[in-house]
Amino acid sequence: MAEKSHGTPAKGTGAHTEADGGHGGGFPPFESSTFASQLVSLVIAFVALYVIVSRFALPRVEGVIDARQNAIEGDLAAAQKFKDESDAALKAYETELATARSRAQAIGSETREKLNAAAEAERKTLEDQLTAKLAAAEKQIAATREAAMSNVRGIAGDAAGAIVQRLTGVLPDKKTVSKAVDASLKG
Amino acid sequence: MKIDPIHQFNIEPLFTIGHIGNQTIAFTNSSLYMFLSVAVISLLMIGGMAGRQLVPGRLQSIAEISYEFVASTIRSTAGAEGMKFFPLIFSLFMFICISNLIGIIPYTFTVSSHIIVTAALAFLVFFTVLIYGLYKNGFKFFKIFVPSGVPIYILPLVMFIEILSFFLRPVSHSVRLFANMLAGHIALKVFAGFVAMLGVSLGALGWVGGVLPLALTVALTALELLVAFLQAYVFAILTCIYLNDAIHPGH
Repeated sequence: MAEKSHGTPAKGTGAHTEADGGHGGGFPPFESSTFASQLVSLVIAFVALYVIVSRFALPRVEGVIDARQNAIEGDLAAAQKFKDESDAALKAYETELATARSRAQAIGSETREKLNAAAEAERKTLEDQLTAKLAAAEKQIAATREAAMSNVRGIAGDAAGAIVQRLTGVLPDKKTVSKAVDASLKG
Repeated sequence: MKIDPIHQFNIEPLFTIGHIGNQTIAFTNSSLYMFLSVAVISLLMIGGMAGRQLVPGRLQSIAEISYEFVASTIRSTAGAEGMKFFPLIFSLFMFICISNLIGIIPYTFTVSSHIIVTAALAFLVFFTVLIYGLYKNGFKFFKIFVPSGVPIYILPLVMFIEILSFFLRPVSHSVRLFANMLAGHIALKVFAGFVAMLGVSLGALGWVGGVLPLALTVALTALELLVAFLQAYVFAILTCIYLNDAIHPGH
C-alpha cells in the first residue's frame, strides 16, 4: 500500500506521508489511509480469537478446573470417611478395653474372695481340731488329778490310821478316819 | 544522530490482500502482530492446557490464572449474569494484554498504539452494551440515564450529563489505552535514543554518561510491563462495568 489516502483526501496527515514516504512527517496513528487495512486485519484476528477462545480454550480450562474441584471434593470426602472409620475403631477399642478391664477386676475380686473363704475354712477346722485336742487334754488332766487326789485321800487315811494306832495302840474306825481326813482336806 | 520516536508506529504494508472500493487492503506489520498475538494466546490457552493435568505445570498455571482472573473480575463487577460475556471479555483482555506485552520487545510493533484498533475494540464494547441492553431490557434500558433519588428540577441536567458520558464512553475507553501505549513507547524510545546519541556525539565520555538514560530505559521498561498489563485490565474491567449497565440498568 503506497500510502495513498484516496478515501479521505481532506486529511492533512495523509498528504504529508505521501510526500516523504511513510515516516518523519505524518503521525502514523492518525494516518487514515492505513485504517481500512488495520480494521480488516483486526476483525479477522479478533473473530478468530473469539472463536478459538469460546469454542476451544475456555471450555477446556473450565473442564480441567471442574475436574480438579471434583477430585479435591472426592478426596476430602474420602478422607472424612477414613477419619470417621478410624474414630469408630478407636471408640470400639476403648469400649473393648473398658469391658476387659472390668472383667479382669471382677475375676480378680472373685478369686480373692474364694481364696479368703478357703483360708478361713481351713483356719476354722484347724481351730476346731485344736479346741478338741485342748478339751481332751484338759479332761485327761482333770481325770489324772482326780485319780491323784483319790490316791492322796487313801494314802492320807492309811497314814492317819497307822499314826493313830501307833500313838494309841488302837486301830481306829475306818469311817471316822476318812471323815477326819476329808475334814482336814477341806480345811 | 536524530531520535525518531514516531518511526516505531509506522504501518508497513507487507503484501496486498485486496481492495475495498478504492482502498487498498494490505497485510501490514500491524496485522502480523495481531495474528501473532492470537497465535500466542491460542498456544497458551490450548497448548498449555493440552496436558489437562490435575496439578498444573507452569504454562497450564498461566492459562488457568488468566481464566480465573478474568472470571473473578466479571463476577465482582457484573455479577453471575455477566459470565454470558466471558468469551468476549476474555478475548479482549488477552488480546490487549498479549499484544501489549509483545510490543515491549524491542523492534516489535504495538498493535494498541493505533487509535483505530483501540477505537474499534471500544466501539465493539459500546455496541454490545447498547444492543444487548435494548434487547434485554427494552425501554427500561434508558433508566441508566435517569438516576434515582435526584430532585426533579436538576434531573434534566443530570440526564444530559449521563447521556453525554454514555456516548463519550467509547472515546475515553479507546483513547486511554491508545494514549498510554503510545506515550509509553515514545518515552522508551526517547530515553533509549539518548544512550546512542550521547555515545555518538561525545565519544567515551558520552558512553559513560549514557548509563543514566540506560538505567532509566530499564526502569521504564519495567513500568511499561506494568502498564501493558494494567491497561488490558482497565479495558476489561471498564467493559465489565459498561456491560453491568446493560444487564442491570437500574442504578
